[in-house]
Order: sequence, then C-alpha cells, then structure tokens
Amino acid sequence: MGSYITFPELLILIPLLGGILSFSFKNDGLAKTSALVFSLAVLTVSVATLFFTDDSKYLLYNNVNYLWLKYLGANYYIGLDGTGRLLTLLTAIGFPLIFISSWKSEIKNLPAFLGLMLLSQAGLMGVFCAYDALTFYFFWELALIPVYFLCSKWGSERRIQATFKFFVYTFIGSLLMLIGIIYLYLHTDARTFEDGTVAAHSFSLSSFLNASISPTEQYTLFILFFLAFAIKMPIFPFHTWQPEAYDQSPTPVTMVLSGIMVKMGLFGVIRWLIPVFPAATLQFKNIIIILSIIGIVYASCLAIVQDNVKRLVAYSSIAHIGLMCAALFAVNQTSVQGVMLQMFNHGINIIGMWVVVDLIERKTGVKKISELGGIAQQAPALTILLVIIALANIALPLTNAFAGEFLMFSGLYNYNPWYALAAGLGIILSAVYTLNMIQKIFYGNTNSVTGLLKDISLNEKIALALIVGIIFVFGVYPQPLIDLTKEAAGSLLVRLR
Amino acid sequence: MNSIILSALLGVLMMFSGAFVKRTTLSKYFAFVGLAGLFASSVYELIARQPFFHIDVHDMVHTNNFNLAFIAIVLGCTLIYFLLNGSEIEKVGAHVSEYYALIFFILCGISIAATFNTLLMLFIGIEIVSIPLYILTGSDKRNLKSNEAALKYFLMGAFSTGIMLMGIAFIYGGNPNASFFIHNLEIGSGKMPVMIAVGLVFLLVSMSFKVSAAPFHFWTPDVYDGAPTVFTSFMSTIVKVAGFFAFIRLFESAFGVVQNQWQSLVLFITAATLIIGNVTAVFQQSVKRMLAYSSIAQAGFMMLAIFALNNKAKEGILLYSAAYSLATIGIFAILTKMKDYTIDGFNGLAKEQPLLGFAGLIFLLSLTGIPLTAGFQSKFFMLMAAIETGHHYWIAVLAVLLAAVSAYYYFRVIQAIYFKEPSPEGVVSGKLSSVYKLTLILTVILIIIIGIYPELIIGWLYS
Repeated sequence: MGSYITFPELLILIPLLGGILSFSFKNDGLAKTSALVFSLAVLTVSVATLFFTDDSKYLLYNNVNYLWLKYLGANYYIGLDGTGRLLTLLTAIGFPLIFISSWKSEIKNLPAFLGLMLLSQAGLMGVFCAYDALTFYFFWELALIPVYFLCSKWGSERRIQATFKFFVYTFIGSLLMLIGIIYLYLHTDARTFEDGTVAAHSFSLSSFLNASISPTEQYTLFILFFLAFAIKMPIFPFHTWQPEAYDQSPTPVTMVLSGIMVKMGLFGVIRWLIPVFPAATLQFKNIIIILSIIGIVYASCLAIVQDNVKRLVAYSSIAHIGLMCAALFAVNQTSVQGVMLQMFNHGINIIGMWVVVDLIERKTGVKKISELGGIAQQAPALTILLVIIALANIALPLTNAFAGEFLMFSGLYNYNPWYALAAGLGIILSAVYTLNMIQKIFYGNTNSVTGLLKDISLNEKIALALIVGIIFVFGVYPQPLIDLTKEAAGSLLVRLR
Repeated sequence: MNSIILSALLGVLMMFSGAFVKRTTLSKYFAFVGLAGLFASSVYELIARQPFFHIDVHDMVHTNNFNLAFIAIVLGCTLIYFLLNGSEIEKVGAHVSEYYALIFFILCGISIAATFNTLLMLFIGIEIVSIPLYILTGSDKRNLKSNEAALKYFLMGAFSTGIMLMGIAFIYGGNPNASFFIHNLEIGSGKMPVMIAVGLVFLLVSMSFKVSAAPFHFWTPDVYDGAPTVFTSFMSTIVKVAGFFAFIRLFESAFGVVQNQWQSLVLFITAATLIIGNVTAVFQQSVKRMLAYSSIAQAGFMMLAIFALNNKAKEGILLYSAAYSLATIGIFAILTKMKDYTIDGFNGLAKEQPLLGFAGLIFLLSLTGIPLTAGFQSKFFMLMAAIETGHHYWIAVLAVLLAAVSAYYYFRVIQAIYFKEPSPEGVVSGKLSSVYKLTLILTVILIIIIGIYPELIIGWLYS
C-alpha cells in the first residue's frame, strides 16, 4: 500500500471511468473514439504487467489491500498472479478488438452501449484480480448487470426472455455461492488489521485456504461453489441458457459473453474452488470430467445439425469449454497449463468467429446456413481470414489452439486414456461441423442473398488481421504463455498433495 | 427519549394548527421543519448519548445505541418520505395537517415500541402506531376500497391486539416475579411453564400479525392496495420495520434464554412468509399489489433476524430497515406519479423521464439484492446471521432461492421501464418538482453509499 496506483487498480479504474464518461457523450463518433482509446489504455497497462511479474521486486505494483469493512473483516484486496495476468490480458485484448470490429455497426444510442461495455470490462477485470471473497463476489455480480442490460436493450426479438433466463440462472448460482462464502467465512480464524482492529473472521483468500472445515463440509461447499461456476461456464447440464442468450444478444455482447465471461467460471475453479476444497476436488473430479465429456459430445452433435450460424458457434463453444473443464479436473501440470493456454486462445478465436458471423449476418441479413452459399466468390478476403480462424477453432497445428489442446489432451490421457479418447471424439466432431459450415456458406453457388455481397471494409480487415496475427504468433511460439502460466499451475497443484 | 416527547408534542401542535392555519402548504412546511428538528434531536441523542429531557420513567423505557440508531434511521427515512410525498399527501383530502399529526403520533409510537422495557410499554407503543394507521388507511373517504381496507384493518388489528394483551396477561401471571419488565421475567432456561408458553405463542402470533408474516398476512394485500398510495408507502416501510424492531427486542430480551424452544416455530413462519410472499407476488399485474406481496416477501427475510437473534441479526435488522425503507419509499414515490398502476403502465418510463427510470432501476435492484446497493448488504447480513446459528442451513438456501424468484417480479418492472416503448399518452402525470427530483437523487446516493459501506450504519452499534 502506498501513494502510487497499482496495476490491478488501473485495470479496473480505466474502464470504469471510461464507461461512466461514455454516458455523457451525445456524439456517436466521439463515444466510439473514447471507448477505443480507453480500451487501448487498458491494453497498454495489461501488457505492461507482463514485464513486472517478479513479485520479489514488484510486489507493491501488483497488489493493493485496503481495509474495507473492519467489523466484518473484509478487505478490498486485488492483485495479479499468472492466471490473473493471462485473463486480464485476454480481457484487455478482447475489448479493443470488439470495438474495432463493430466500428461500422449501426447501434442505437451508442454512447450508452459503449458505456455499459466498458463497465462490464471493469467488472471482469475485478473478478480476475480479486483476492478477497467479498470483493470477488461484488465484481462477479457487477460484471453481469451491464451485460444483462446490453442484451435486453440491444438484442433480437426474443431478447428479454432469453436474457432473463440467463440472468436468473447465474443469479441463482451466485447466491448459492454466497451461502458457501458466508459459511466458509464463519469458519475462518480471527484476524488483526494493521490499525489494530480485530475482526472475528476474514474474507481473504489466504484465510479461506486455512479455514477449518471437515471433508464432509468441503463436499457440500464444493457443490455450492461449483454450481455458480458450472452455470457460468456453462457445462452440461447447466448450459440451457447459453445458446438462446448467444443467439439473441447483439454480436459485440456475444463476443464478451463467449470470449471472456465464460472464462470467469473456469477462473473461479482455478482461483477459488480447487485450492480451497482440495479434498472435495479429488472426490468429485471424475463426476465432473464425465459431465464435461457428455457435454462435449452432446453439444458437438447439436452443432452439427444446427442451421443457425449463431447457434452453431454457441454449441461449439459449449464443447470447447467442456474440454477445458474436463482437462482442468484431470489436475496435472500438463492439463492445467493447457487449460490456461486454451482459455486465452479460445477467447481470441471465438471472438474471431463471431466477427465473421456478425459480418455475414449484417451484410446478408440472414443467419441460416441453408440460405447462404458462394460467399468466397464475392468476398475472398473474408473467406481466407475466416478459414484460418475456423481452422484455429479446430486446433490445427501452427494455430494458437493447437498447443493448448495438445497439452490438455496429453494431460487428460495421462490421467485416464479413456477420457481422452471420449473427449477426442469432440475434436473430430468439431472438424465435421466447422468444415461443413465453411463449405456451405463460402463455397457452392451464390444465390440471390449472397450475390450482392461486397468484400469487407477496412476496420473489419484490421480486426480480423489482428486476430489472425495472434493466432499465428502463439501458434508458432506459445512459449511466453507457457512460461506465464507455469508457476500458477504449479502452485494450484501443490494444494492437492 | 427525545423522539418520544418531541414527536408527541409535534403531533399535538400539528393537530391544533389545522384549526388555525387554512393554507395546506403552510402546514406542510411546518411538518417538514418539525420532522427535521426531530431527526436532528435523535441524531444528537445518538451521538451525545444525552437526551434533552431528564424524566424518571422508572426504567419503563430504555435507550441504547441499538435502538437510538434505529430511531434515527426511521426518522431519516420519514424525512425522505415527507420530501418525496409532500404534494401527494395534500391530494388525499382536505385535512392535511391532521394527516401529518397522525404520522407524528405514529412516530411517537414507534419510538416507544423501539425502546420499551416492559410489556405494557410495548403494548402502548404498538397501539399508538396502529390506531392512527387505521385512520390513515380510510382517509380517502369517498373511495369504497379505502373504506373497506380501513374496516378490515381495524377489525383484524383489534383482534390481534386482543391476542397480544392476553399473551401479556399470561406472561405476567406465569412468571415468578409477577413482572412486566422484560429483563425480570426469570423464565429459566429449562422447559417453559405452560402459562409462559401460551403467552409466548400469543405474543408471537400477534407480532407476526403486525409485521404481516405468514400465515397471519391475509389482511396485508387488501389493506395496502386499498389505502391511499402515499400511506401504503409509509405503513409498508417505516411501520413495518418498527414492528420488526419491537419483535426482535421482545424476543431477544424476554425470551432469548428459551430460544431453542420457540425457534422452530419462527422457522416455520419464516419459511411460510418467504414462500407465500414471493410466489404470490409473481402473479400480480398491479405494481401496488405486487409491492404489497413483496413487502411480505421482504418480511420473510427480516424474520431471519428473529430466527437467529445474534449480533449479525442486530446489524442486519438495522441495515434492512434502512435499505428496505429507502428503496420501497422511493419506488412508491415513483408509483404515485404514474398514470397507470399496472406493470405495463411503467412501459418506457426511462425514455420519457430518464431520472425517474434510473432511480426506479436502483430501487428495484436494491430490493432484489444486487451488490453495490444497500439491499445486497441487508440480505447478506441476514444470511450471515442465519448461517451463524450453526443449524437449519436449509432456511438460508430457501431464502436465496426465493430471492431469485423475487428477481422475476422486480425485473418485470425494470424490463418495462427500460426495454418497452412508452404509450403515446405519456407515462407520468403532472409535473415533478425539483425538491422531488433532488430527494430522489439523494435516496439513490444513500442506497449506493450504504451498499458500498454498510458500516456507516452498523458502526453505531459499536461506537
């Protein structure tokens, strides 16, 4: 604690201020520019954090801990570790990409839209930085509220019902987690603050790690926490809100939901669930892996038969998240590191997928695969970029997702070959539906809908080229990400011994 | 102590002023100033722990940080209520200064009910609150529904008062000291004698009736719906939390030692109140009636404090009083400005009146219990209190599941405010005064401040 501002504070404050400021703009162009500038500022800070990873020297820049509620023992405690850096980086890259790609979209009441987007970024950053359970819970819910408004205000016809279903699902999950948090809190030791006050209990992560709870209590608490995270990810059978919400949301918001928000669930498992309940993790891991694998196969099969592009991508997202969840609960060094890599890469790739889907939907006005065809002749640049992103989505070598998926599979294989085999089915199916989609949309004959299509404009080219750039850079050289997550994965696994 | 005497005096003054002052606005300003003074005096007493008046009350009333803080909260909320509803109270009828007088009498009753030390003072306090309420409920004289509500409320209220008196008589006869003093009952921690047990159950029933906890809630929707909306706002918030405060004070001081013998009864009432309130509210089309059921639902959450009776419960009831009263007074103040009281009547409010829409949003989010609002903190403390008891965790799980149900009906109004198109005739009737707007902003700010820093309120318990 000092008189300077730390990295995590900047990561939360910049989008927060940008968001509040955005509401005051009357002019759309100004709002767009300001949102982009704020999101690029966040990106700069986030990249800078990567150079200050050595906690022995830079601890003060990476952590901040204020006394918040002294009678309760809650602190405003935020900081950065390997996982936190990775996901804040993803959030920081994601938002400028989203802003650039939707630069030309016609959105009513744009300043409010961008303001809410930036507020949700602030909430997400808070989730990834929180080290105090109450702080975490606050941000966890606050990330949801702007997204609720974005979807309900700017989505398609059935948006209100779809978004409310999404809201209620996650609200129930987080309230159950709140009960878990309170129970754990009441079983932590008393703590003394710097100013001499003594609180009976504490909400900080370190006290949670040392809470005195029996294995039986751990099992129940594990379920309460896991429900919140499982709904957010989502994994089978808690996924039913997801396809509808993705389909009905405006595409920039779908990008936030599928690229970044779903990572909140995985992040919660990594930061809170596994370290706090090691015994319960070992107890339940097989059930969760099996659920995840059922989810992978089930979602992949549904993706194959979808005619709606948005729903197809939504189901493919469930399959990918299922694989990450399965690998995470295989809990060995390779698989956990693979998950961390893949959290980042999946975020980038799925945003790329949505950019393309959004382009097609905006330019042709349809999202049914059967009504499209022959776009390659009309829009060659779009096609090339999409094919690369789609191949990255099925984790071909040389693309960024390959390293992550390879690590996840090898970790899963080490844990149990049968699980790896069953999950591998998902990869094959993902090739089926992705290639099928490419073929039907881009090749074949043009029809009346696609005949008038023009190639993509500059801002879309920039966004897609940036994504493709990231895909290749981390596809050829994933080492920086591996280095970043090594320690975090290691310290997670130590808790399980 | 200050508030008991000053509010009674102000009530009498207001009543006489009605005979001499013919201009209603004048009596409105007089009431504002009087209440502001009353609020200041109660805050002074809280900070200085020194009342203006030194009267030997033979320990019939007793003040401490807990109930002084509560009285300050109640008076502060009433001040906001006056500022928001000044023009609406004038519209109810011709006898404006009498309405204010009755409200001051209610405040006097609340102060007694919050500080009582003997069962008789509890009874007097509750009656001083109830009788003016019967009149206010029926104050819209030419409206049949208002008349019906008043009669219903009076009959049911009189009945429950009778039960309360009988309970007090049993307790008096049953305890070895033949005492009315709540600290002097000497019930002992063993199995309760029959007389005490019967008295306790009678008191539990009558108090549940006053706070409209199920299954004694049946009067609530009709009375709240029939009464003029401004007075519904007052009795569903300030009067209700005062009832809870008296409830918790009675059961903690008098029957705390035998908590294990009545706890399961309270548990049943809590669960029933939560379920009935939340589930019935879902089906309402009128926002006023929905708020009536939601007040039952919120009462279910406050019942958790009586179930738990620990330190967190005390903190929780203070927070809940402030959070629930502020948000509900606010949403009622918006409701009084609407042309149409159904949920569809709120369609497009944000487009026509951005300030009203935003304030309504914050009030409803607070009632749902979303973080950063006072409503979250109050629910959070209640859950902590319930879990800290160390048993019957299911009640906490039930409470949060029904909180998710409550999101359904609160969010229907939010959806109407923000995502629907306004009707061409306009949504809001009349002009909004700048005092009204400023108070609305102040209320929103207060809700957010308490939401971020609840120790602003609960800190008083420890200072």
